[in-house]
Amino acid sequence: MSPREQTPMQAELNAGGARRIDFTRLASMREAGLIVIILALCVAMSFASPHFLTWGNLRAMMMSFSIEGIVVVGMTILLIVGGIDLSVGSVVCFSMVISGALFLAGLDPWTASLVGIAASALIGAIMGFFVTVVGLNHFITSLAAMVIVRGLCLIITKGTPLSLFSLPPSFKAIGQGSFHNIPYVILIFLVVVAVFDFLLRRATAFRKVFYTGSNQKAAQFSGIKTNQVKFWVTVLCSALAGFAGVIYMARFGAATPTFGAGMELNIIAAAVIGGASLNGGSGTIFGAILGMALLSVVTSSLILLDVSVYWQEMIKGCILLAAVSIDHFLHRKKS
Amino acid sequence: MTQAPILEIRGVSKAFGPVKALSDVRFELRRGEIHALCGENGAGKSTLMNILAGVLQPSDGEIHLDGKRVTIPSPAAAQRLGIGLVHQEIALCPDATVAENIYMAAINARRAPLMNFQKLYVEAQKVMDRLAPIPVRTRVADLSISNQQLVEIAKALTLDCKVLMLDEPTAALTESEAQRLFSIVRGLQQRGISVVYISHRMAEIFSLCDRVTVFRDGQYVATDRIADVSPDDVVRKMVGREITQLYPDKLAEAPGRVLLSVKGLSDSDCFSNVDLVLRAGEILGIGGLIGAGRSEIAQTICGLRPATAGRVEIDGKPQRIRNYSDAVKAGLVYLSEDRKGSGVFLDMPISVNISALDLSKVTSLGMLNRRAEDRQASELTKRLGVRMSGIGAAVSTLSGGNQQKVAIAKQLSVDPRVILMDEPTRGIDVGAKVEIHRLLRQLAAKGVGVVVISSELPELIGLCDRVMVVREGRIAGELDAEALGEEAIMRLASGVKNPSTQQAAHVA
Repeated sequence: MSPREQTPMQAELNAGGARRIDFTRLASMREAGLIVIILALCVAMSFASPHFLTWGNLRAMMMSFSIEGIVVVGMTILLIVGGIDLSVGSVVCFSMVISGALFLAGLDPWTASLVGIAASALIGAIMGFFVTVVGLNHFITSLAAMVIVRGLCLIITKGTPLSLFSLPPSFKAIGQGSFHNIPYVILIFLVVVAVFDFLLRRATAFRKVFYTGSNQKAAQFSGIKTNQVKFWVTVLCSALAGFAGVIYMARFGAATPTFGAGMELNIIAAAVIGGASLNGGSGTIFGAILGMALLSVVTSSLILLDVSVYWQEMIKGCILLAAVSIDHFLHRKKS
Repeated sequence: MTQAPILEIRGVSKAFGPVKALSDVRFELRRGEIHALCGENGAGKSTLMNILAGVLQPSDGEIHLDGKRVTIPSPAAAQRLGIGLVHQEIALCPDATVAENIYMAAINARRAPLMNFQKLYVEAQKVMDRLAPIPVRTRVADLSISNQQLVEIAKALTLDCKVLMLDEPTAALTESEAQRLFSIVRGLQQRGISVVYISHRMAEIFSLCDRVTVFRDGQYVATDRIADVSPDDVVRKMVGREITQLYPDKLAEAPGRVLLSVKGLSDSDCFSNVDLVLRAGEILGIGGLIGAGRSEIAQTICGLRPATAGRVEIDGKPQRIRNYSDAVKAGLVYLSEDRKGSGVFLDMPISVNISALDLSKVTSLGMLNRRAEDRQASELTKRLGVRMSGIGAAVSTLSGGNQQKVAIAKQLSVDPRVILMDEPTRGIDVGAKVEIHRLLRQLAAKGVGVVVISSELPELIGLCDRVMVVREGRIAGELDAEALGEEAIMRLASGVKNPSTQQAAHVA
């Protein structure tokens, strides 16, 4: 075989090798780093507290971030396209309240839930309209939506929690039941994460999300309808928040009009710790979930270590700041 | 001029990690001279400028200013020493007025708590008027790119500098603006200011400068008096090898059938009633001043901007093009003039950049076929000779010329019928430029329609078989191979009538 014949094949092999290193290098470095930190924390905690590494505690931890994790999925995709959504906490609550109120009005809980999710998606569509047609930015639009939707929740419930003890057991099972000792909530969360992580890495439609977030102008000059992409991602983020709201309702058997206030900050923090950039163009779902897991392990540790709740918030904020600073430093070193 | 040099650099090195951007270079600037600094992209010119402007610190070496050894720890220190740098890339505050931008340094150093706007505007206007009558109360964002460049230069003029460094100041200027800039630079020289002038354009260097220093791959090559060398000598030193022919051969026979025909194209504000015919085998150039509407015409043909009237036919078939994806489907692609802003995705891998234009080619059942994407990228990068570590590398790791090749590879990935290229060689080095010109000629020979928009007259004349000149949104005229010349294009572009050339330029 002459060298000339070898070249294309070699080039392809080399190229393939380089891609595996380069394309996912940063992301996988970050994800590996997070896993190491989480494992180190878990090991340290297992010495500090005998209760930490018990199935009960791990399950409680997983439960605590599973439903929020569904919202994180939507937020991460929205961050990649260059947007942000401050209204997710309100939308989670809105979905609960709408579904709950419809159930109390006599609708069967499954249909009521679908309506709740659809209503959440509609909120996303309205935000998407303001972002893409009117031309406002995501931050301001979703800030307004956060307040407006919270107001809607208070109006619908007249400010008092809806008691939903009468929900049928088959529906409550979503939030409270288990399959072989694994709660359905965790299973649903794992399925959502697996599906969207796969789609985000492989689906052509989601590749357009990366193009749009990386350089909107260049995406337009490649024939990508960036406004459509931004619109649908905004809708998806709200719809996933609505889905999470329905699961919360099944879990708690109640719909409180103040539920989810401040949730958006936790969710954005998790996505950013996991590698999503506020400038758009980068981020992975797996990373964001690891970010969520880290915050959850820290919270759980602080509780087990009997640290005052007043300190917990502050410590979580410091972790966010540290994670973002380290990332910034690593990136700057590279360029 | 036998005095000690105003600026002397000895043995300066600069390393970024393992990469040596400069190794042991020297450079000498005499009092009151205009000294050209040449080299391909990556030769280390900008690194040296940034060291002198206090942006970067040298790893090694000495800088002598006025015979005294100095260190330049910050841009502010450079200003105090009287060294001014006009960056190639515009770095102005778009929301502030021209005056506020021009006097940014002075405002920054001001002690008084309140601004004296009256005085600011008067002073700024005086400085600005030396370059161009741009009203200084205008917001910078409302200016054209070339006017922004002039503001950038005016800003440097206000600093009372002994040494002024201009990094490709004419990259965004039109010919007449460039001429005005040259007379200003000569005026500065007469006032005793020494100028370092970085440019890729040999014509400018040879009309303006006294001496020329060439860098290659971070090393000093030579310093010559302009009178002693020819442009070919300088190019040879820059490239380090013989470039036998700067431009590929032109089309020998008559062009073939009509590939693209545009009739009566108008938009709402920039241009009206544009006709254009492109035949197989030829390269059609579009010339004109910046702001004449050249890019707008090309973008409108491709559906990137809305048209109000007009027909577009490809291969004689009328096309309905409402957006860019329609154009791509019809085989019409557009290469943006703003490579970093809208041509490539800098932080994404090369392969992902190339597939962006038509994802359906690398998609099966809605999922990306990475293997197909890699194969496409390998083939195209090999064909275009992109120098890279691998197709998985981010485009930001490539030099300007190779980034542009990736942008072109993206256009070629869809096997276009007609390719409209807006400033295809802006800001890239001589070697890559020659390669891109050859590629365009090959494409044309294979029957792909090639339209080149360029502000560089030598490029239009050297590369194109026929040039259309746009003036104020209308086709001012068309020049065929025999009539092509710098003067003829400039006359059409600026609207100066001259009976002797009017016959040559048969007005369309």
